[in-house]
Amino acid sequence: MAAPNKGRRQAGSPGRPGRTLALFLIAMVALTGGMFWSGHVTPRLGIDLAGGTSITLQAKNTPGKPNAINKTNMDTAVNIIDRRVNGLGVSEAEVQTQGDKNIIVNIPKGTNSKQAQDQVGTTAQLFFRPVLTYAPGTPTAPEPAPSTSPSGSAKPSASGKPQADSSASSKPSPSSTTQGRAVTDALKKAPTPTPTPGASDAPAGSATPDPSATTPPPPPDPATAALEKKFTALDCRDEASRTTVNQSSGPKDTIVACGQDTTGKNWDKYILGPAELDGTDVSKAKGVLDQQRGMWIVQMDFTSGGTKKFQAITGKLSQQQPPMNQFAIVLDGNVVSAPSVAQTLGASAEISGSFDQASAQNLGNILSFGALPLSFDVASTTTVTAALGGEQLHAGLIAGAIGLALVIIYLVAYYRGLSLIAILSLGASAIMTYTIMSLLGPGIGFALNLPAVCGAIVAIGITADSFIVYFERVRDEIREGRTLRPAVERAWPRARRTILVSDFVSFLAAAVLFVVTVGKVQGFAFTLGLTTVLDVVVVFFFTKPVMTLMARKKFFSEGHSWSGLDPKRLGAKPPLRRSRPNLLEEDPPEPPQRRSRVSAAPTDSKEA
Amino acid sequence: MSRLGALGARLYRGEVGYDFIGKRKVWYGLSILITITAILGLAVQGLNMGIEFKGGAVFTTPKTSISVAQAQTDAQAAAGHDAIVQKLGNGTLRIQVTELSQAQADKVKTQLAKDLSVDENKIAADIVGPSWGETIANKAWTGLAVFMVLVVIYLAIAFEWRMAVAALIALIHDLTITVGVYALVGFEVTPGTVIGLLTILGYSLYDTVVVFDSLKEGSKGITKQTRWYYSEVANRSINGTLVRSINTTVVALLPVAGLLFIGGGVLGAGMLNDISLSLFVGLAAGAYSSIFIATPLVADLKERDPQMKALKKRVLAKRAAAAAKGEPAEGAEDTDVRYDDEAEDVPGGVATAAAVAGPRGARGGRGRPSGRRR
Repeated sequence: MAAPNKGRRQAGSPGRPGRTLALFLIAMVALTGGMFWSGHVTPRLGIDLAGGTSITLQAKNTPGKPNAINKTNMDTAVNIIDRRVNGLGVSEAEVQTQGDKNIIVNIPKGTNSKQAQDQVGTTAQLFFRPVLTYAPGTPTAPEPAPSTSPSGSAKPSASGKPQADSSASSKPSPSSTTQGRAVTDALKKAPTPTPTPGASDAPAGSATPDPSATTPPPPPDPATAALEKKFTALDCRDEASRTTVNQSSGPKDTIVACGQDTTGKNWDKYILGPAELDGTDVSKAKGVLDQQRGMWIVQMDFTSGGTKKFQAITGKLSQQQPPMNQFAIVLDGNVVSAPSVAQTLGASAEISGSFDQASAQNLGNILSFGALPLSFDVASTTTVTAALGGEQLHAGLIAGAIGLALVIIYLVAYYRGLSLIAILSLGASAIMTYTIMSLLGPGIGFALNLPAVCGAIVAIGITADSFIVYFERVRDEIREGRTLRPAVERAWPRARRTILVSDFVSFLAAAVLFVVTVGKVQGFAFTLGLTTVLDVVVVFFFTKPVMTLMARKKFFSEGHSWSGLDPKRLGAKPPLRRSRPNLLEEDPPEPPQRRSRVSAAPTDSKEA
Repeated sequence: MSRLGALGARLYRGEVGYDFIGKRKVWYGLSILITITAILGLAVQGLNMGIEFKGGAVFTTPKTSISVAQAQTDAQAAAGHDAIVQKLGNGTLRIQVTELSQAQADKVKTQLAKDLSVDENKIAADIVGPSWGETIANKAWTGLAVFMVLVVIYLAIAFEWRMAVAALIALIHDLTITVGVYALVGFEVTPGTVIGLLTILGYSLYDTVVVFDSLKEGSKGITKQTRWYYSEVANRSINGTLVRSINTTVVALLPVAGLLFIGGGVLGAGMLNDISLSLFVGLAAGAYSSIFIATPLVADLKERDPQMKALKKRVLAKRAAAAAKGEPAEGAEDTDVRYDDEAEDVPGGVATAAAVAGPRGARGGRGRPSGRRR
């Protein structure tokens, strides 16, 4: 389609400008009518113009699962995040994938963006792992703290501010009497522990009780030695080490992890056995206020399978000596709490720690809705206040108005009367762009953001360029000594080809950008593509017919000095054409193709 | 403007003209110099990458009376990193802190809200992880590569491979210059910059395509005449479309200038400014390269073609012969003869008054139109 469309009509014949124009105007009125009818009279604004928060999550490659980042998993993640965010009662939050590994969460202004932020990035990969040993969270020799009992609770990673825990002691559990912080609903006397299912390499914790359990079991193999080394070197105070230390391990590995103690100030580090349960074993979780202790806890109910596993692990652990009688609740690689177990437990458990209401409810929410199939990094968060957004929109609109005014002034100065056609065409372009953008809001969820506004402004130039190409062609024809009407018709096929080729290049750029890029760039590319297509539509179905009609008007055809088509001004020679009239008034249709000429025929789709 | 119109006419007819192609060595030299400067600037100074590429946070506060120095002290105390504070035109502060994690950034925001005694929700924050910028950059590179491949294929089909190659070189030239300007001046590179840079892609080719289009038309059937050789035709094409190139460039630059003015003048900094700045530089470079680089390159490439070599030989020989006879040399610019009065002497040729901006016999003496159609 970047080649002239030969089938359309005789190149150079005036066609029926009136009819084309009428059709175009009908389409324009229909679009405008549709816009008003649908009630979306303004384009939907993006976060950066309307205010709100936009969070970009980037899926991380998990080792051992090379193909985890796929469409299915991404869609699952979007659904879960959507449920979490909307579970907060956040209204109109949008969660969508972008590109192949990004998820964008847009939260409009007026909702608790902070809370949502805490929720979205949390993958909620929950594991219950037996504790093998632990130590204060600084690089040390791997010795368990000799006298203190393990700190039982830790601040969940996802919570906001740590709160002073009600249990000031470093006792493992704030539970009233038992040490077992995993409290059963009704302290069900559990049946005898069932053997651990499928734990091939049984955690050291489930080995025969080691009476002198002050040191971890001696390293039997290099892997364990490496683990020891890791454990020794680990500095939990450093956030980066905390997150990277067990990044490469799967649920079946023995890992090193960090957790905060109850005060939320000090870190402990743990060596943990393979996971015995995971988040999928949790059927329901919610943050509740424990009336007795006056603190917020997260209560979990297990599925039937989970209950069995939980009984098994607690049964085993309760036989052990400290510190191996503890199990750690590990959320996203951090130990949330590590209660010790005094008896076999059953169908439910609770996590306590330095929760406040929000963090307890958040964690409950997250655990209920399940773990994300992928882990995500929060790649960027943009919070824009409504005031700032409004300001930016305002500035963008002013810039657009200035740009438009400058272009119009230039066109008027240079093209005089002809510029009227250009201005009308620009107006038509503007109306089309605006209505289509407004309709695309509800249609495909298009939101106008600042880069898109920029794109629209830049497009003013692109659109005007097409008119210039055509006008210059017409003027060239007049310089040849032609009268206006044939000039207009003869100039068209050539100008048309130039316009199509150059617009196709612009469109190609926009399309490529739209496909490969993410985020802000996409909005820009979309606008650029849209305006390029509209440019072609307007030039073909508006500018050209109007030009043909104008050519019949005396003002133009007689070359009034203000028409911009004054032959004298253009320096045309008086025509000496009567000698060969046959060649003048008809443009030979496209010449036969030469050998050397390959005609490209891309894309009628552009006009579609 | 009328004088401009007349000049346009004379340019169009080739009465006046500048020898762009003949001086191409000068342009190439100039461009190579600029490119080397740009590359040196990149190598020595490097690009000033914005927060978005290094990871960090940008906070925008509401209008405040607090001083820049005060805000800087507060921000640094809260973040533990260096902070760059700008006061914008509208009395708001823009505070940038590099290498902040999400959690730290939240703390800083809270602290800032306290220091400025405003509601935390009134502070806009843009927090970016270090990997995000990398993602954006990688995607941009991918886009660039994909686009270049596609556009070369397309131009090779629409025109010919030589033009595609020349356009690609011109495009790379524009991008290098733009990036170089950024390195030398030390403008900050943000996603907005990248957007602008990528837009140049489509746009820098616009003018080039306009010139190529007229060149393609003007050189049709060039081997069937002996009045001009290719470079001369190319030069005519440039001159003939000069007004068009200037106009399209000016019209494209005007809205961008509006953006630049508003972005810089009103908002102080931000997306509008970043996009328009790189666009402005790139568009100017694009206009230059379409005239001074792309077309001369095509001519250079084309002149290596044996057919064209032979043509040039013929043309020059003919001129030499004519000169020896004391006739006015072919191709001399005398415009008193009009081809309409001339007999056609090319078999199968129909002398249309082809509106080509290439040489026309009509304009150049007693020749016949070379831009003829069959």
